[in-house]
Parts: sequence; C-alpha cells; structure tokens
Amino acid sequence: MDNSRQLIQYVLSGLSNGAIYALIGFGFAIIYNATGIINFAQGEFVMLGGMLTLFFLVFLNFPLVPSIVLAILISTAVGIAFERLAIRPLKNANPLSLVIITIGASILIRGIAMLVWGKDTHALPAFSGNEPLHIAGATIMPQHLWIFSITVLIIAANKLFFNYSIIGKAMRACAYNSQAASLVGINVKTMVLLSFVISSAIGSMAGIIIAPLTMTSYDVGIMLGLKGFCAVIIGGMSSGLGTVMGGLLLGLLESLGAGYISASYKDAIAFIILLLILFIRPEGLFAKKETERV
Amino acid sequence: MTKEKREILIFLIFTLAVLITPLFLRGSYYLNVLVFIGINTMLAIALNLLLGYAGQISLGHAAFFGLGAYISGILTTRFSFDPWLAMIISALMSGGLAFIIGFPILKLKGHYLAMATLGFGIIMFIIFNETVALTGGPSGLSGIPNIHINSLVFDNDLNNYYLIWVITLMVMLLSINLSQSRIGRALRAIHDSEVAARVMGVNARVLKVQIFAVSALISAVAGSLYAHTMTFISPASFGFNFSIELVTMVIIGGLGSIYGSFLGAAILTVLPEFLRVLQDFDIVVYGLMLILMTMFMPGGLISGLRLIGEAIGSRIKRKSVSNA
Amino acid sequence: MLRIDGITKIFGGLTALEDVSLFVNKGSITGVIGPNGAGKTTLFNIVTGLYTQTSGDVYLEEKNISLYAPEVLAGLGLVRTFQNVELFGQMTVLENVMVGLHTKSKSGIISCSFKLPGQIKEERYIKEKALHWLEYTGMADAAEIKANNLPFGKGRLLEISRALAVEPKLILMDEPAAGLNSRETSALANLIRKIRESGITIVLVEHDMELVMDICDSIVVLNLGKKLAEGTPREIQENPAVISAYLGES
Ligand SMILES: Nc1ncnc2c1ncn2[C@@H]1O[C@H](COP(=O)(O)OP(=O)(O)OP(=O)(O)O)[C@@H](O)[C@H]1O
Ligand SMILES: [Mg+2]
Repeated sequence: MDNSRQLIQYVLSGLSNGAIYALIGFGFAIIYNATGIINFAQGEFVMLGGMLTLFFLVFLNFPLVPSIVLAILISTAVGIAFERLAIRPLKNANPLSLVIITIGASILIRGIAMLVWGKDTHALPAFSGNEPLHIAGATIMPQHLWIFSITVLIIAANKLFFNYSIIGKAMRACAYNSQAASLVGINVKTMVLLSFVISSAIGSMAGIIIAPLTMTSYDVGIMLGLKGFCAVIIGGMSSGLGTVMGGLLLGLLESLGAGYISASYKDAIAFIILLLILFIRPEGLFAKKETERV
Repeated sequence: MTKEKREILIFLIFTLAVLITPLFLRGSYYLNVLVFIGINTMLAIALNLLLGYAGQISLGHAAFFGLGAYISGILTTRFSFDPWLAMIISALMSGGLAFIIGFPILKLKGHYLAMATLGFGIIMFIIFNETVALTGGPSGLSGIPNIHINSLVFDNDLNNYYLIWVITLMVMLLSINLSQSRIGRALRAIHDSEVAARVMGVNARVLKVQIFAVSALISAVAGSLYAHTMTFISPASFGFNFSIELVTMVIIGGLGSIYGSFLGAAILTVLPEFLRVLQDFDIVVYGLMLILMTMFMPGGLISGLRLIGEAIGSRIKRKSVSNA
Repeated sequence: MLRIDGITKIFGGLTALEDVSLFVNKGSITGVIGPNGAGKTTLFNIVTGLYTQTSGDVYLEEKNISLYAPEVLAGLGLVRTFQNVELFGQMTVLENVMVGLHTKSKSGIISCSFKLPGQIKEERYIKEKALHWLEYTGMADAAEIKANNLPFGKGRLLEISRALAVEPKLILMDEPAAGLNSRETSALANLIRKIRESGITIVLVEHDMELVMDICDSIVVLNLGKKLAEGTPREIQENPAVISAYLGES
C-alpha cells in the first residue's frame, strides 16, 4: 500500500514537471520553426515568469491575477526587445553567432535578474492553498491541478492557433519555406517577432505555474531551459504532440529515477537521455528523417 | 620580411616579454593574476582550436579542465603518483575520453552540437560533485602536492609563474605551428564549407574528432597545472559558467587567433578583479560583451588591434616614402 | 571511366532520380543537361558520395564506389565543383588550392605541431604545387586575396583550380559557366579543353547550350529524374523529345 502510494506520488510530480518541460519545449520549437534558431535564452523567460510574479505578489503585495498578467507582459516585452535588438539586426548570421548571441542574452537577463532581486531562493505561494486533495485514494496538491489544466489549455490553444487561424497558418508557412511565404505576401519579419512573443509568453507562464512547487531564484532558468530543450529533442522539433510526450516522459523518468535510483543524479538523467537521443536519433523519437541539403 | 619570419619574430618578442615581466612586478598578487592568465590562455587556445579553427562549438570545455584537475589531484593525493606522471596520465585520459565521445558528438552540428557538449559538461559536473569518495564532493579536494623537479619545488608565485608560462608558451608555439600547417588549413576549410573540404579529400569526421581530443588534452594539462599550483580544487571551478567564460574569452579575443586567445584570457581574468568593487557585475558584462562582439566585431579584439597596426604601418610607410 | 547503373533517389515522397544509367568514356567531355529540377545536381551528389542513393550502383574504373565517402573518392581521383560556389571564404585563394593538395600530403597533427623536418619539406611542396595550379588557370595574381572577396567569375575559376590540385582522373563540374559573362565563358571553354588535353575526364552539368554543344563529345539529357536521351551534340539537338522537354518547360 505504502509502496504504491509512493509510486503514485512520484508519477504525479513527474507528470507535473514533465508538463512544464513540455511547455518550455514548445517555446523552443516555435522559435526554431520560425527562424532556425535554438534560443538558449528560453529558460530565462521561465525564470522571469516566476521571479516577476513573486516580485509583484510578495514584494509589492499585488493580488495574484494582476501579478501573473504583469509578469507575462513584462517577460514578453523582454522577448520582443531581444528579438528587435539582437536577432533582427543579425541577418544571415551563421549558427555559431546565433548560439553565442542567445547565450549572451541569457547571461545578460540572468545577471540583471540577480542584480535586481539578489541571489536568494524564494517560494511563490500556491495559487489555491496547500491543502492536499484526495482523489481516488491518491493525494494531489491543488497546484498540480493548476499545472495540468493550464498546460492542457495552452497546448490546445496552440493547436487551434497554428492549425486554424490565418496568422498561425502564415507562421507555419514561414517555417516551411520563408522565401515562398514572403512571395505570397506574408510578412516574415513580423512572424519571427510573433514567434518570440508567443514563446516568451508560454515560457513565462510555465515559470509561473511551477514556481510554487519548486521554488524560484534568478538562476532556475538554466536547468529548466535545458530540460525543456531535452523534451523537444526527445519529441522532435517539428512534432507538437511529440514535444508533449517528450516532456512527460522526461519528467517521469526523472522523478522515478530520483525516487528509486539516486536523487543526487536526478539532473544527470535528463542529460544522459538528451545525449543518447542526439547520438542515436537526432531528429527525435516522433519525427521523420530528412536528407540534409548540400 | 616573409610572413613566416614575422611570425617567428612576434613569438620571440612575446616570449621575451613573458620572461622579463616578473622583474617589474612587486608582490605576489600580480604574479598570481598572471599565473591565472597563463592557465586561461591555455584553455582559450584549446577551445579556439576547436571553435575558431574547426568551427565546432563546445559549451562543455570546463569539464575537460576539471577532468585534468581531478585525475591529477586524485592520483597524487590518493595514490601518491608523481605530479608529472599524474599530469601525463590525466592529459591522455581526457584526450582519450574526448576521442571516444567525439565520434558521436561531432556528428552533430550547430545548435545540436552546442546542446550536446553542454549536456556533457553538466553530466561531468554532477559526477565531480557526487563521487564524493574520489573527489571529495562539493567541499573539494585539498592537499594536492606541488610539482617539483628534483629539489626545485613549484610552491611560490615566482616559480609557479615560470612553470605555467613556459608550458603556456609551448602550447602557443605548437598551436601556431599547427594552425599554419595542412591540418590548420583543413580545419579552417571544414569551418568554411565542410562539404567542399570533404570533396577535396579532408576526412572531416576524423579530423574534427582528433582536434576535439587535442583540445581536451591541452585543457586537461591546464587543469592538472591548476590543481598542482592551487593545491585545492572544487567542482565550482569547472561548471557551466566557466565553460561559457571560456567561450567568451575566445570570442572576445578573436576566433582563429592564438594571440587573440591570450588577449581574451587576459581580459577575462583581469576584468573580475576590477569589477570586484561592483561584485557579481561581471556576469552582466560578459553577456553584453558576447552580444556586442558577435554583432559588431566578429573578428574579436585582435582583429581590431590588427587594423590599428596596419593603419599605423601604412602611415609610417607613407611618411618614409614622402621623406625620401 | 565512370559507369552509373540504374540510380534511383527518393526524397521523402519525391523521386528525384529514377533508374538513371550512363557511361562516361575515359578522356571525354560528357555533358549532362536538363531543365531545372531534373536531378542533375542530385546525380552529382550521389556520385561524389554526399548523398546515398535509394538504389543503383556507381563504378569508377570498374570499382564499385557506391558507398564511398567523398574524402575517399578524392583519394581515388574523383572531384567536383559546386553549383552554388563552395569556397573556403575566409582563406586566401592560394590556401584554397593548398587544401586541394590535402590528399597529396600526409603530415599528421604531431608532425605539424612540432614542425618535423618532413613536414617543412612537404609544406614547401604544397605551396609550390598550389602556385603551379594557379598559374595553370591564370589566377596567380589573385593568390593572396581572400576567397570571399573574389568576383563571382573568379570564384568559379578558383573552384576548378582547387579541384585540379587534387590531380584527379575525373572532374564533375556543376554549372561552371553560370553567372559568367561571354568573355569569361569562352575562356572557361578553353580551360576545359586544356584540362581534357591533359588526360582528365570531365562531366559537365550546364545550362549554357552553346558551351555544351561546343565542347562536349557526348550529352545525356535528364528530365524529371529520368534519362530522356543521350548522344552526340548533333543528335541531341535534333531529338524531338529533347526539344519538346525544353520547349514545354518555357
Ligand atoms: N536534400 C534534398 N531533400 C529533398 N529534396 C531534394 C534534395 N535535394 C534535391 N531535392 C529535390 O530533387 C529535385 C532535383 O533537384 P536537383 O538539384 O538535382 O536539380 P537540378 O537538375 O540540379 O536543377 P538545377 O538546374 O536547378 O540545378 C528537385 O525537385 C529538388 O527540390
Ligand atoms: Mg543543380
């Protein structure tokens, strides 16, 4: 009995972390598909989401909802500034420069966050208290429910947006072939900007909903960003559902690994999976293979 | 003067400057900073061979630095190896490890390569932290013996300065030679167009792995020297942040320039000393520098210096022509 | 010299080449022509080991080279030039050609780092040879210019110089005249003839029909991934299927 309850606990926390990884992974994929850039600063949006909410809610005593809205708006503004100031001027840059620019941006954002908020780790209060709920014999924290439902909402909204709205379709066209897209009158630059908007907004949202469970500080963005990247690598850049599966799989393996094998190697698990997949199936577990053009 | 002769002259002047610098310095603080510049120069050159010449990024190079330091530290403290022998073993083991993981890792390109090397770096960092029985874990490994040659023990700043810099100069010279050889050209060819390089007969796959291994080997030597001069090491020195710092050194100094690596290493070693008043401000400055350099001076500071040098050179030439 | 045997290449759902066979005689100039997207470059990519074919085989002098890597093929004397000029842009013209001599030298990382005597001698040899090839193509003046700063036409010429440095038996040239003016094109025609005189076999993909008809001994026409015709320039010019493929396209 005790064993199975423990297992359920591991699975629950694994799935909720996994949902977060999936959301962060979405952020990576959206920018990658629009620009071919892996945005190393993706994790910093996650950090900003958590820290900004904390700042408004706890330091300035704002109510919860306005704090969250403000946090998302500001993170998105940072995403926009980043695109305008560092990405757009750098037309036709080689991948190496892009890697370095986005790393530079991530260090910069993290550094500024540290200067503003200091190095302390903070806990964001849970959205609706810490009273565990008992559902079908399992204990579940209300925050878990928040995470699951918000994740599902965001994923569904994404799906609708990219498959059914005009702008979403235009963005996909850009991803597929930006030259052809601009020929039919799509403004590619706007679409790139939009991809930064969406992905920084999703990233900060992920940071906000996980902060009550895992604590937050100026440097949480590194690990969360990397794990989101793992999720998207497991799933494959072009597969939305794959990214969700990747995130959940990673979260589960991590929490089961930490629970049953060794807690101190928890973080290593994600990276070992990352390396294995990059070595064996770099196009992801759920995507098709393509011949690279010469 | 031919290009080759000029290159030799520059190296001789640089060597001379390095050898006489301690004569003008008072106090161990400056010598100590210079020792660090030497170690960082080796590391930056090592990474530059990979990043600046072959065009392959590594965001996990601090791991090889750490591996060199820990293997050397463990062999000397726990198994009482001679430090020199420990250094050789640590270099060979790190190079060997790089050679093995190089084959799958360097198949990847661009962002994927960056992420894979980053992942490798973090895994190594976790291992340094968690294998407490060997490494001492987060609290570190102390009591690492100094290097000695017979009765000459490298345990003070002046001796350390010469030990580190003689080896750094050797690394510089060998790297300069390598960069100007057929191997150096093949690496730069891979950087510019891997496909064309292969069609010209360059075995890009193997060469990339070889240079990755060489780069890891140099980094491990630097790590071993670091361990034996500091006599104490802890994982904090070999984490993700230091990997990024190394990349910053290479970029700021100049991709594909050995002296640029020295310049970048010197700046990034000295800068925190100045910024100490502003505690923790350095990380913000690094970020800004990375962005600004990549956007506005992709050749690094060395290319700026070279431009200035050329301008002065042509000025002088014009003057001497008009005087004659 | 070169035998291509039933090559098929499928990209995802797209059949870029379908059962293409052709034969290149030693010492000849063979033209491969066809409308855009016919699969000419894909054929070159397969022959030079950059792509792997879905089925079929390639033979170089009776040796099955189907699965050989490009760098191995260079050693066997098979090189190419690229449609979208692939120079080593940050290197000088001379250094570009020196890379072409990679297979003609063998010093490794250790002997290069320590400048062992053999390496110094080899380096001198590489430089002399590279200069020789630049003289051969008339580019010696540009030796110290960075490849990225070359005018386009010179870039194409540098690709050929670099390929010659490999001392190949067979050169595949992918649209060497694209973007050249008429003076440069006629100089190119002379150079290609001169290369053939020296005993090197040439396969040429080209849209400039005048050039193709002028210098090729035989021509293969590809259309939509299939071989449409082959023969002498005259036969091709008179072939109704070829004419309609070209007219149909425009
Ligand atoms: N790596 C690849 N992945 C997918 N499709 C490809 C790839 N390479 C080529 N193709 C497709 O194969 C077909 C043939 O292309 P190829 O480049 O061989 O044509 P070509 O005859 O050289 O044309 P051109 O005269 O324009 O150079 C085209 O439809 C092209 O889009
Ligand atoms: Mg083509």
